[in-house]
Amino acid sequence: MSIFVNAATKVIVQGLTGGQGKYHGLRNRDYGTNVVAGVTPGKGGQEVEGIPVFDSVAEAVAATGADASFVAVPPKAAPAAILEAAAAGVGFVVCITEGIPAQDEAKVFNTLVRDYPGTRLLGPNCPGIISPGKCNIGITAGEIALPPSADGPNVGIVSRSGTLTYQALHELKEKGIGVSTCVGIGGDPVPGTNFIDCLREFEADPETHAIIMIGEIGGSAEEEAAEFIAANVSKPMSAYIAGVTAPAGKKMGHAGAIVSGGKGTAQGKMDALAAAGVRVGQNPTEAGELMAEIVAGL
Amino acid sequence: MDLFEYQGKQYFARYDIPVSAGDVALTVDEAVSAAEAAGYPVVVKAQVQVGGRGKAGGIKLAADADEVRHHAGNILGMDIKGHLVERLWVEHASDIDEEYYASFTLDRAAKKHLLMLSAQGGVEIEAVAESDPEAIVKLHIDPVDGLDLATARQAATDAKLPERALDGAADILVKLYRCFTEGDCDLAEINPLILKPTGEVHALDAKVSLDSNAVFRHPEWEAYAATEVLDDREQLAKQNGLQYIGLEGSVGIIANGAGLAMSTLDVVNQVGGTAANFLDIGGGANADVMAAALEVINFDQDVRSIFINIFGGITRGEEVAKGIVEALGRVELRAPIVIRLDGTNAEEGRRILAEAGIPESRLRSEPTMLDAARAAVALAGQN
Repeated sequence: MSIFVNAATKVIVQGLTGGQGKYHGLRNRDYGTNVVAGVTPGKGGQEVEGIPVFDSVAEAVAATGADASFVAVPPKAAPAAILEAAAAGVGFVVCITEGIPAQDEAKVFNTLVRDYPGTRLLGPNCPGIISPGKCNIGITAGEIALPPSADGPNVGIVSRSGTLTYQALHELKEKGIGVSTCVGIGGDPVPGTNFIDCLREFEADPETHAIIMIGEIGGSAEEEAAEFIAANVSKPMSAYIAGVTAPAGKKMGHAGAIVSGGKGTAQGKMDALAAAGVRVGQNPTEAGELMAEIVAGL
Repeated sequence: MDLFEYQGKQYFARYDIPVSAGDVALTVDEAVSAAEAAGYPVVVKAQVQVGGRGKAGGIKLAADADEVRHHAGNILGMDIKGHLVERLWVEHASDIDEEYYASFTLDRAAKKHLLMLSAQGGVEIEAVAESDPEAIVKLHIDPVDGLDLATARQAATDAKLPERALDGAADILVKLYRCFTEGDCDLAEINPLILKPTGEVHALDAKVSLDSNAVFRHPEWEAYAATEVLDDREQLAKQNGLQYIGLEGSVGIIANGAGLAMSTLDVVNQVGGTAANFLDIGGGANADVMAAALEVINFDQDVRSIFINIFGGITRGEEVAKGIVEALGRVELRAPIVIRLDGTNAEEGRRILAEAGIPESRLRSEPTMLDAARAAVALAGQN
């Protein structure tokens, strides 16, 4: 098992004929992901290295039975692309696009909630999702992830930061620990999928035995996750929060990573997670070491 | 991007939000001209992006040209909490019956827009939230629905604004919401929102923060970029398209990815050092990007060592290594480099660095983030 995606997931790439879409879409296919089609308006009928391109998501879904979409189009076009996938009945949409205005994100999120409750959006501005050995949608380099072992124990990863997601995969691989699924939820203010959505799935996934969570300063998503963990997560967890030394009022790269009005500090988030029974590392390596201890005890 | 008050008021005016007649002034003479145009009495206001201007003596009432000269002369060049006053806003003084507070932001937890409205304005809203939370009406707005006049009027009623202010307040709220959404603000705040004796409701201050992701659909924002408050390091970084934030420490930081960059600052701090900056070079770090990053760091006189922390995902180790070698050929660095290179093709990258013939006193590799942080901090202390 895995969460959100599996070996049978059929993926279309919106923007397959563009630079990012082509590069990552083909890498995902090389990894073994079932990439069945591309979508670029006006380029229907073309092929990209054997992958058929359609004018619309609806046509691509009708022809291939795709159930997931990888949105790799520029910020101006991404909101419409996400909603087009939802309208075509695609159940899982991964959007890696960075730089979508917050007003557009808020509108897209609330439109999905109201009109397309059957569609889950991951991102925007996220590295994507990988179930090692089964499916990789997004920009993660597949070779840094160790596939899960049949008898476990395996770890699920959920992270707000791209490179720290890789760091976590790397730490676990160094220690020989398999990963069930690794989800990068992205650093934007209105993520389609949040920590709690992933924690709920990991808790229910029989292949996941422990969970690493990587957060960062800004907002209150980690505090809300801590409340959820205390009440609903029985699996052992370790965590790391980036930005202990970040000064207040400065955006640290991600649109969402800002400490303002004394809220959203790393210390507050670490305290909340520790109080919920999560073992909190002071740096990514320590979070990996804590996870190795947890796994050794399972 | 945060706007100055005068820019915020000009932005409000685009959405028909009533503001006082006034103009910006860079000199005492300009202040007098602005005052003559606005009509006496006027208020002379320091333009700085920090709270507490009034207490610091940065806001003064003036009845005639002599008083404007006196106050403008005092306020220009004033230092308010580390912010130098270079501009004034001079506007016609308003008669005030009551002061309210109104703002729109995005509530990230609720994923909805949030209106905050209070009959207690003119003071820090955080203070009201502490002392009398009931006095702030909070209303979530679904971005798909937007805000209509009836809902805005109800919010004003709930906030216990007087009957005679309700229509004016509702009208401004709807306009401010349009400014917030169509104007792509992260924050649109009026404090105080005033009720005049004549019954008009009016924005006496403007606090606007713009979402820089939306710059592609706002050509009018170009004017604001020119007045953005950046130090020399930040200016140089911006010219090179780097995500840079200047800090006070002695270890220069270069990392790929915002999360890893933040994490690098943390680790440096944990081993007893202080970071000189936050710098995210993003994915696909080629020689040009690396050279630009090293140049920005080199510009900072306080930097004693440079910690390059790269985890290759898409970014390949050998590309990073080639970039550093090439950059070292272009930039004469004052401080030594400690690099931690991991992930995709890291071994190849380390080999390229080792074979480049750079003396170890100028560049050394460490296997982990922690080791590299310790080495960089030690070097920063030695120099």
